[in-house]
Amino acid sequence: MKIKKEVIDKIIEHSKKDAPIEACGYLASYEGIIIRHYPLLNIDRSREHFSFDPKEQFGVLKDIRVEGLEITAVYHSHPVSPARLSQEDIRLAYDSSISYVIVSLAGQKSEVKSFRIKDLKVEAENIEVV
Amino acid sequence: MKIKVNGKEQILDKDSISVKELLNVSKVEKPDMVSVQLNGEFVKKEDYSNTSVKESDEVDFLYFMGGGNN
Repeated sequence: MKIKKEVIDKIIEHSKKDAPIEACGYLASYEGIIIRHYPLLNIDRSREHFSFDPKEQFGVLKDIRVEGLEITAVYHSHPVSPARLSQEDIRLAYDSSISYVIVSLAGQKSEVKSFRIKDLKVEAENIEVV
Repeated sequence: MKIKVNGKEQILDKDSISVKELLNVSKVEKPDMVSVQLNGEFVKKEDYSNTSVKESDEVDFLYFMGGGNN
């Protein structure tokens, strides 16, 4: 996965701002590089769960399309746990065409990791910051 | 007919297709876990079979997105 440095910074910033609630959103690409993040409301308002609001999802999808970008990843934060997928994250990862990015605030330094998930099988994905 | 699916033009060799069939044709792996909009209006899951997509219609679908720490 290729991603702009400023997008990494912004999703960490969003995660810190929403903590202790889990933050979440879409990441959108242009020509294979993630260049923008789209924060969405975590309608669960939970420290341990997140869900997108379908109405907001479609609104963001339209914005992304207007800008000529493509949704290629979804991100969410783990405010107090490591940057690895939980069983629930894996079970609820229905879209195998995108990457699943976790921002962990658990350590002294924030950590961002990306995964691909298909048929409940997880594969870590290299993040290339450009 | 010509329709738009997730913003991309598609030509289908028929005059109409149900939302359920379209999800199948579009190779949606988990159709029960997507939300669908037809021309900007949500389609209820129970109506996927009896809602027709016709010429010039625009259909968007998005997977449920959620997770947790458990």
